[in-house]
Amino acid sequence: MNNKKWGERLSKRFLQSTGDKDSPLHYQTLRRNITILMLLVTIIPLIFMAVINYLEYKSNLKSEIINPISILTNKTVHSIELYMEERLSTIRSIASFYSFEDLSDEKTLSRIYRVLKKEFTGFVDLGIIDENGMQISYSGPYELLNKDYLQQIWFQEVSIKGSYISDVFLGYRQFPHIAIAVQQFEPDGHAWILRATIDTDKLDNIIAAMGLDPESDAFLVSGEGILQTHSKFCGNVLEHCKLNIPMGSYRSQLIEEKNILGKDVLIAIKHFAKQDFALVVVKPKSVILKSWYALQGEMLLIFIISISIIIVVVLKVSNMLVKKIREADERRELAFRELEHSQKLSSIGRLAAGVAHEINNPMAIINEKAGLIKDLYQNTSDSEKTIKLIKIADSIIGAVGRCRNITHRLLGFAKRFDIELEMLSLNDVIIEVMGFLDKEALFRKIDIQLDIDEDLPRIFSDKGQIQQVFLNILSNSMSAVKDGGKIIIRSWDEDVSRVGASIKDNGCGMSKETLAHIFEPFFTTKKEYGTGLGLPITYGIVKKLGGDLIVKSNENEGTDFTIYFLKKSKTE
Amino acid sequence: MKNLKILLVDDEVEFVTTLAERLRLREFQTEISADGEEALNLFDASVFDVIVLDVFMPGMSGFDVLKELKKRSSNIPVILLTGHGATEEGVEGMSLGAFDYLMKPIDIEELTEKINAAVKGNK
Repeated sequence: MNNKKWGERLSKRFLQSTGDKDSPLHYQTLRRNITILMLLVTIIPLIFMAVINYLEYKSNLKSEIINPISILTNKTVHSIELYMEERLSTIRSIASFYSFEDLSDEKTLSRIYRVLKKEFTGFVDLGIIDENGMQISYSGPYELLNKDYLQQIWFQEVSIKGSYISDVFLGYRQFPHIAIAVQQFEPDGHAWILRATIDTDKLDNIIAAMGLDPESDAFLVSGEGILQTHSKFCGNVLEHCKLNIPMGSYRSQLIEEKNILGKDVLIAIKHFAKQDFALVVVKPKSVILKSWYALQGEMLLIFIISISIIIVVVLKVSNMLVKKIREADERRELAFRELEHSQKLSSIGRLAAGVAHEINNPMAIINEKAGLIKDLYQNTSDSEKTIKLIKIADSIIGAVGRCRNITHRLLGFAKRFDIELEMLSLNDVIIEVMGFLDKEALFRKIDIQLDIDEDLPRIFSDKGQIQQVFLNILSNSMSAVKDGGKIIIRSWDEDVSRVGASIKDNGCGMSKETLAHIFEPFFTTKKEYGTGLGLPITYGIVKKLGGDLIVKSNENEGTDFTIYFLKKSKTE
Repeated sequence: MKNLKILLVDDEVEFVTTLAERLRLREFQTEISADGEEALNLFDASVFDVIVLDVFMPGMSGFDVLKELKKRSSNIPVILLTGHGATEEGVEGMSLGAFDYLMKPIDIEELTEKINAAVKGNK
C-alpha cells in the first residue's frame, strides 16, 4: 500500500512535468526524467552487484591464495624439523652404540665419520668432547682437535639438557654451520659429548625446494631475529633480520600483511616445535594477487562496458519513448480538433436546416403567388404597367429561386450522408462532372484540360459524394478564372492505398487570410451568390471518405486543389 | 394533354389554393385537400389522373397517404412535394411507389412536365 503510493508519487514527480504540454520543454523534461529514472533503476542494482561480487571474490580469492602459502610453509618447516631430527637421532644412536673409548680412538671415529658422510648428507665433521669441554677426538676437514669448548653456550646447554641443536653460528672455523651434540655417560659416571656439525646448505636446499618465484623470499630466523639462512631482501646469514618477526611466546603460525620494503607483502611465519626457529616466507602482494588484479581489471572493464551499453540503450529508449508519446499527443490533439470542428459544423448544420425548413414553406407561397400574378397578367395587355408588374413578379420568382438554392444547400449541408460504397472509376466521375459544366465553360471560353491517368485503378468509394466534391471544387475554379481562363484536371495513382486528383486554375487565387478560412461554414468571398457552404461540405465529404484535401493558392496566380481518395474508403 | 384531373394535397392552404389556380390556368382540373384523410376520401369519391402530395403534413403524412393508396391497390401516379429532407425523402417516397418528387419551392413548369410525364408513363 505504502509502496504503491510511493511509486505513484515517484512516477508523478518524474514523469509529469509542470510545463505546458505543447512546449518542447515539456518533452525535454519528460525525456530527462525518464532517462534519469531508467539509469537509476538499472545502474544502482548493477553497482550493488558489482560491489558485492568484488568483495565476495576478494575474500574467496585471498583465502585460496593464502592457504597454499601457509601449507607450503608448514610442509617446509616439517621437512627441516625432520631433517634435523634425523641427524640428531643418528648422532644419538652412534653415541649409544659406541663407548667413549671406542670413539676416542681416532680410527674408529674417522670410520664412523666416513660412513656418515656416505649415508647421510650434510655432516661436516664429528668430534668427541670430554666433560671438561676439551675436544679429544675429531674427524673432519678442520683442525679442531684439542679445542676447548667449556665456555661455549652450547656446551653448557647440552650438559643440562642431554642433547642440543644449535642455531647457525660461525664458531672456530668461521663458516656458518649448525652443531648437534649428545651427552652420554660412562658406567663410571663421567660424561662425554658426541658432537657433529651440519652445514646450512641443506637447509637452503630445502627452502629452495619450495619453488618460490623470484620476487618472493623465504628464510629461517632464530628467536633473536638472527637470520639462519640467506635472505634475498632481509640480509645475509647471521645478520639481524631487517624484518621485525614476532617471536618468543608466539609459537603458532601467523600470517600478516604489512607495508614494508617499499611494497605490500604477505608474510607467513611458522615456528618450529622444538627449536626457537621460525620459517618466514615473504611474498609481495602483487605476485600473490596477480590473478586477483587481472580479475579486478576484467570486472572493471565489464562494469564499464555494461554501464556504457546501459547508458546508450537508455538514451535511445527514452528518446524513442518520448517521440512516441509526443506523436500520440499530437495525434490525439489533431483528432480532438477535428472532432471539435465536425461538431461545430454539425450543430451549425442542424440550426441552418431548421431555419431553412421553416423558410421553405412561406417561400413556396411567395413563389406561387408571384407565379399566379405572372400567369394572370401574361398576355393580357401590353400596357406599361402590366409589363412592369410581370417584371416585378419575375424578379420575386428569381429572388425566391435564390432563396431556394440557399435553403437546399443548407439542408444538404446538414443532412447526414449515408455513404454507399461501390467500385468506381475516378476518371469517369471527373468526366461526368465536367459534363455538367461544359456549357458554361464553352460559353465563357474556359479551356479545361484533362490530364488523367488512363491506368488509374478503380476505387471502392461513394460515387455521389465524389461527384459532389468535384462539382464543388470545379464550380469554385470556374468562378475564380476569368473568361478565357484555364483549368487543368489531373489524376494519378499516388501509392498503394491512395489515388490523387488535382484541379488547378489560373484564376484570381486567394490571399493567405482567405485560405485560412475557406473550410469554415458561411465564409464566402462571393458576397451575394455564395452560401459559404461549398468547401466545408467538400472538406467534410473528403474527410469522411478517409481522404485528404490540400489547397495551395497564390493571389492573382491561381489555386491548386489536390484531393486524395482512399482506394478502399472507410465505411464510417 | 389537357383536362387532366389533379388532386392537390398540402396543409399550407395558401400554397395549395394558389397552385391549384395556376394549374387551372394551364387547363388542368384540380381539387384540393388540406390533410391526408380528406384526400383519401376525395380519392375514393372521384377519379383522378395524378395526385400531387406534400410529404410533411400534420396528422397523416404524405408517406402514410401513399401507403394507404398502395393498400387500395391503386396505381395512380403520385408526385411528392418535399420540403426538408430533400433528396432522402424523395428517394424514400419513390421506393414507396411515388412517380417522382419535387423540392419546394417548386417551379410550375417543372410540375406540369412531371404531371404530363406521369400520365404518359401510366398509360
